[in-house]
Parts: sequence; structure tokens; C-alpha cells
Amino acid sequence: MSEGNILLKVENVGKQFEGNRVLKDVNFTLKKGEILGLVGENGAGKSTLMKILFGMNVIQETGGYEGNIYLDGEKINFKSPLEALNSGIGMVHQEFSLIPGFTAAENILLNVEKTKPNVISKIFGKRLETIDEKEMKKSAQIAIETLGVDIDPDTLISEMPVGHKQFIEIAREIDREKVKLLVLDEPTAVLTESEAEILLKAMRKLADSGVSIIFISHRLNEIISICDKLVVLRDGVVIVERPTKGVEIRQIAEWMVGRSVEGEKSVHIKNEEDFDDKDIILEVKNLWVDMPGETVRDVNFKVRRGEIFGIGGLAGQGKLGIPNGIMGLFPSGGEVTFNDKNLALNNTYNALKSGLAFVSEDRRGVGLLLDEPIDMNIAFNAMQVHDKFIKKLLGGLIKWCDNKAIKECAEKYIKELDIKCTSEKQKARQLSGGNQQKVCLAKAFALEPTLLFVSEPTRGIDVGAKKLVLDALRRYNEENNTTIIMVSSELEELRSICDRIAIVSEGKVAGILSAKASVTDFGLLMSGIDKLEEEGESNEQN
Amino acid sequence: MKLKSDSLKRFLIDSAVPILFIVISVIAIPLSKFTGLYLVREIVTRLTRDTFLVLSLLLPVMAGMGINFGMVLGAMAGQIGLIFVTDWGIRDVLGLVIAMIISTPIAILLGYFSGGVLNRAKGREMITSMMLGLFISGIYQFFLLYLCGSIIPIKNPKLLLSRGYGIRNAINLDTAGAFDKLLRVKIGGVPVSFGTILIIVAICIFTSWFRKTKLGQDMRAVGQDMGVADSAGIKVEKTRIQSIIISTVLACYGQIIYLQNIGTINTYNGADQAALFAAAALLVGGATVSRATIANAIVGTGLFHLMFIVMPMAGKNLTGSAMLGEYFRMFVSYGVVTIALVLHAWKRQKDKEMDRAQFRVDVKTSK
Repeated sequence: MSEGNILLKVENVGKQFEGNRVLKDVNFTLKKGEILGLVGENGAGKSTLMKILFGMNVIQETGGYEGNIYLDGEKINFKSPLEALNSGIGMVHQEFSLIPGFTAAENILLNVEKTKPNVISKIFGKRLETIDEKEMKKSAQIAIETLGVDIDPDTLISEMPVGHKQFIEIAREIDREKVKLLVLDEPTAVLTESEAEILLKAMRKLADSGVSIIFISHRLNEIISICDKLVVLRDGVVIVERPTKGVEIRQIAEWMVGRSVEGEKSVHIKNEEDFDDKDIILEVKNLWVDMPGETVRDVNFKVRRGEIFGIGGLAGQGKLGIPNGIMGLFPSGGEVTFNDKNLALNNTYNALKSGLAFVSEDRRGVGLLLDEPIDMNIAFNAMQVHDKFIKKLLGGLIKWCDNKAIKECAEKYIKELDIKCTSEKQKARQLSGGNQQKVCLAKAFALEPTLLFVSEPTRGIDVGAKKLVLDALRRYNEENNTTIIMVSSELEELRSICDRIAIVSEGKVAGILSAKASVTDFGLLMSGIDKLEEEGESNEQN
Repeated sequence: MKLKSDSLKRFLIDSAVPILFIVISVIAIPLSKFTGLYLVREIVTRLTRDTFLVLSLLLPVMAGMGINFGMVLGAMAGQIGLIFVTDWGIRDVLGLVIAMIISTPIAILLGYFSGGVLNRAKGREMITSMMLGLFISGIYQFFLLYLCGSIIPIKNPKLLLSRGYGIRNAINLDTAGAFDKLLRVKIGGVPVSFGTILIIVAICIFTSWFRKTKLGQDMRAVGQDMGVADSAGIKVEKTRIQSIIISTVLACYGQIIYLQNIGTINTYNGADQAALFAAAALLVGGATVSRATIANAIVGTGLFHLMFIVMPMAGKNLTGSAMLGEYFRMFVSYGVVTIALVLHAWKRQKDKEMDRAQFRVDVKTSK
């Protein structure tokens, strides 16, 4: 293997954020003109790795990284993305970094505009040179054509379909003359199939012209069809580094998700027979929710009375939007039937009143009154919505907090949920993340809901507290026959507690599986692949 | 058909503010009992007087900093220049040009300071620049009240307060009307000052040329998305400061043009209202805090002043009290800014709803 042919070499790279290890001993190499597919679940460390490569400020601010990265044989350690750009690394982010009011040409040539000198610029400097629109258009046209698409460089970005925006973003990176390495982070996520195909072809073309590409995607079939080489990250460690040739999708999915494909530990107390398919407590039809970053496009599902229904999927695909939309925290529409009654959307009070409750993923923002004591936090919603813990004087004219009842209730939950605190009068702000989460649960339980939404209940809390929270949920479900809908990005967690799990992908339900289904099937659903079709294909290949 | 009604709806929402003002004017004009000729003459005078000041607000809007209420800093600089020129007894156009030359470095300095402060208050530029104007006004008053005539020599006793130092409240300008008298032509009984108009045309050409320069492009980029501009290597803070400096210097020239038309300086509070009136005029012209064009500025100035002339008289004729005149002026101009800001917020919400509707259509068709 000749050293000269290697463009990028990553050697023993590691990174921790405040003691939390995200990357460990990462090694791989990338040759010139090669396409490397980088796959891994959310939180596997893909983004952190790319941030290191691109010299993002976050990395410097949190104490740099371990190990070495070599580009073209030279050791690099960028202080800012600009340095990375100048040495020939281009990056296309998941979020668009385009200016909506600018045309395609203006965006492609942002800050590298073609200019003409004039009288004034000769006196006052280069920044007063006039923009040469003709040259800009030409230059942009060339970049767009390299990608093999047909977009008018004069179109405003705000008037383009998302797919085109993605192409413009890539065109911007390849327009820089020195670009050697291109990082594409989920570029096909917003594309239609035919657009994705064009993009893949364009990538091949670029690679053939000598540009190396790191391609991050959760669509595994794309990885297989386009990449020369595959790197799978799991929990910050490289699991596999090998040529893509001969690898099957099923195998990648397993590498990606399966920490324990064998020895599954899902503990189920209920059997399928316990449920009555006709006894539907919640039916959701054509739900859309406009939640920034978690857009729900068209979701349909039914939840049976008494079950724990899981909603999983990758970040940004819309799973968080579902409970937030139904509870009225973000604008939404569609049809939601709860207990055979139509539930008015965009009305949080009404949702709470009719027996729904919600434990938000935004614990400190939505979930808690941080500067109020624990007992007040627990009783607050019940007081507001159901007039519990309230003494009425003068026939209801004056309402008075029933402090004794509040105290009793708080003490009960502190004991039941094992909330670690000095007393029920401690401020919520002073509690640890896990205990705050328990207070959130107690607050929801105090409403005595018929259906409870729980969103990311274990995010950011330690293992011990995690178990307690999950146990509390399961116990509550068993004792009160409360239906629970739990949203989580941790598949393992969903499988350990839920009866059925819906996987949300691109704002829609990709499929609903029993929690006993294999990890691989879930992985495939998350990758946006129709399971049956995929099996058929791989059989043919065999 | 559906599309057509949609775009009509969008047009109506976009021009809600000007439409509102046209409606009010149409009602108020007959009530005021002014003649057409009188109105035209007044509007032409006021257009030449005020348009330059309004135009000075365009660049900061383009750079995403909203309406630069800090333009009063420039106006103060312009007044200082005029006071010195008056003291030195320089007359006519030469006097105005020298006033501009003196006040330019002051305006640049103040603009640099103002831009620096606003960079620390990203997202709250408008209110910060307003407060900044009040703060600098204090320093300006100190300068004129105590330093002029004591430390800074003022020869002309007519300018000084009777105690021997400090500038008088009102000053008559020797340079009054110098620009206006250039190329003044009477068209159908309406005197039109082509000298001032030429200066305004020049600034319009400058502004539209400036938009096409690299710096102008950078400002637009910064205005639309600071994050994206920054990651493309544009020096965001520097660009923002430059836009404020240009705006402040233009406001300074604008104030000089304004005052030569009026003929007197109201020394201590003449500048205070400059920003408010200019902002109101711009907003009445259909501009928003994120988008403003030359046409907005000119139409707005005309419309705002039409209302300004007509309303007090209409009020007087309706109520029979002349006292209401000034009240109506203030009421109208503050009201305009408030309404325009509220309508802007409402418009943004409508835009969002329309986008959402579009998004629903997309989903439906993709099914």
C-alpha cells in the first residue's frame, strides 16, 4: 500500500466531553478518489468525529481531542472551520447553511464572489468592487452541471424544493478549487429517490475526478451501492472498517445497532393475548406537526388500551413531534380520537382535562417550575386542571391551596419513586437530572391520566436512575392499567419496556413491530427500507 | 385561480401599512379643506427636505440590524458642523459643504462606536440604538451647553447664551436654503428645488450601486443569516459596523439638508425626533424592519407627510380646537411606528401560516 495514495489518515482519535467519552481510539484511512461510508446510530460519535476533522470551535472549547489526523501526509489540527476550508476540506451539513433570500449563484459563490474593479474600489479597497453577475452565473452553472442536475442559477433558494437546496449546498463546496475531501452528512435524507440517484451519480463522478468523499447516511442501500469502503461506529468505537464489496445491508444494520443480538433481555410481562385489538384508546389519523427540527408529516397509528406503546426512530425524523403536537405544544393538524371522542388539537388545557398527561423531553424548560419546591411542582398541573388540592371558600369564589394535601401527596411520591431530596420543600432546580425526571413523572401521575405520554424519559440521567424511571413507568402501567406512549431514541430501552414499537422515519410511521422483533428489523426500518422488499432482494443475491 | 387569489392575498398583506395610510389620508383630505395645489407644494417641499434622512436608514435594514434609531448620532454631528460654520460666518453652498466636511469625522467616530455597541446587542439592535441616541444626546448637550464658548472658542456672540458660554436654543442659519436655491424652478406654481433633488438622486444611485458591490453583498448576507455568513468567512461584526457608519454619515448629511431647508436649528432637541420621523416615514412606505427599498423610502416620505399636513387640520376642523395640532402630529408618528411594528409581527405570523399551508399541500400531493 503506497503512502502517497492516502489522503486522510485518522490515528487513535478520541474525545471526551466533560468526562463523558464519545470517541475512543478511532482509526481509519481514506485513499484519494475513494468514497467512504460512515454509519452508526445517533450518538455513535459520527458528528463529533466530523467536528474534529472540520476544526469546529466546540472541540477547542472543550479541550481539544486525542490522537492524530493526517491530511495528505501532513498532520493537521484546525483551529477553525475556515482553516479546514482553506486546506481543501468541504463539508455539507445536515442543516442547510444557505441564505434563503439569495439566488443559487449567490449562494454557491458566497464570499468568493467574482468582482470587477471600478473607480471607487481603486481608492477604497477591494470590498467596493462591483459584483460581476455574468461571471457569477457562469461559474455557478459549471458547478451545478458537474453535479448533473438542471437548476437555474437565478432561482431564489427560498423558492426551491429541498432537494435542489441540497444540490446547491454541494455545488458550493465543489466550486472551491482546492477541494480534496468532501464530507456529506446525510445529504440524501431530504431527497426523493430519483434525486438521490442523481446525487449518488454525481458523487461517483466527483470521486473519479480525484476528490475523496466521506458519506454519512442512514440509508444503508445507498452506502452499499456507492461506497468503496465502510466504517461502522458504535458507542464511539470503530466496529468495522472494510471494503463495501460483499457486505449485506442486514449485516451493517446488525453492526450498527446490535450490542446484543443474542441474549436479548426484553422483559415482558404481558402477552399479545392480553390485549383486545378492538379496544382502541387512541387513534391518530393524518397527524402533522410543525415542530422545528422534528417535523411530523403524516402519521397514523392506533394504541390499544393498557399497552405501553413505544415510538422510536432517529433524531430529527419527527418522533418527538408526535406527543408535542397531540398535547398542543406545537401547531398541528389531523384527526386524533381519544376514548372514542374527537380530541381538539392545539389546545393543551383541553388535552390535559380529557385525561392525557405529558412528560416532556424538555425537562427544565417545559417540565418543571425550577424555582418552586418539589411539592408544588407535583401538585401544580393537578391543581390547574382538575382543581385538586384546592379548598374552596365562599362557595368557590375564593380558591385556596390545600397545603396539607399537597404535602401528603408529595411525600407519597417521594417515597414511591425514591426521589432523593432534603425534603418536599427543596427547590426543583437543586435536584439532579434523574430526580428532576422523577418529579416530572410524579407530576404526571398526580393528574391520574388515562393515557400518559413520556418523551425521552431517560435522556441525560445516569444508569441507576434510568432503571428506576423505567420501573416506575411499568409499575404505573400495571397497577392502574394506564396506557403509556413512550418516545425514546434508545431502541434498547423501548424494547425492554414496550409492547409494540412504532418507528418514525421522515415524518411518517415506517412500521410498527412487536418489541420481540429482531434488532435488525428495527435497524432496517430506521434506515427507511421496506423490510419485506429488502429480504426479497438479499435472498436473490444469495 | 387559487394561486392567483393567494398571491393577491400576499400582496395585500405585504402592503397593509401603506394601504392603511392611504385610506386614512383619503378620509382626512376633504376634512382638512386644503386645496390640491397647497398639498402638492407642501409635499414637494417635504420630500426634498426629508427623503435623504429616510434613505440613510436603508443600509442597516439590509444588514439585518433593523431601523437604526442611532441615526440621531449622525444628526447631532451634522448640527455641530452647522453651528461651527455659522460661527465662522461661512455662507451659502460653501458653508454647507464645509459643515459636511467638519461633521463627517465626528459621524464616522460616532457610527463606529454605535456599531460596536450594537454588535454586543445582536437581536436587540433597535431598542439599543434608541437608548444609545438618548445617551449620546446627553453628551451632545453637555458639549454645547458647557464646553462651547468656554473651552471651545465661539466668536459670534449671537450664538451664545447671555451668560457668556453655551449655545442658544435656536440659531438662524446663514446657509439657509443654500441647496434649495440652486436650480430652483417653478412648475405650475410649485417651486421645485432641483439642486437638492439632484443630491437625493445621487444618494439613490449610490445606494443601488452599493447593493451590487462586494461589501453590499456581504451586508445582505449578514442581514439574512449571520451564522451562514460567518461560516463562509465573511467578517460579520466588521460588516455590521460599516453599515452603521455609512448610515450615521448619511444621516449627518441628511440632517444638514433638512436644516438648510428649515433655516433654523433647534439646538437641543432638533435631532431627537429625526430618527422617529424617518423611521415612521420608511415604515409607512411599506418597508419592514427586515426589508426596505428606495421606493419604500420615497413613497413613505410622501405619504407620511401628507398625513402629517392633513391630520392636524382635519382634527382642528373636526373638534374646533387648534391646540390639537401638535397632539395629532405626535400621536400620528408614534402611532405609525407602533402599528407598523405590530403589523410586521402579524405579517410574519401570516407568512408562517402560508408556509405551513404550502407544506400541507406538499404532503398531500406526495401521497
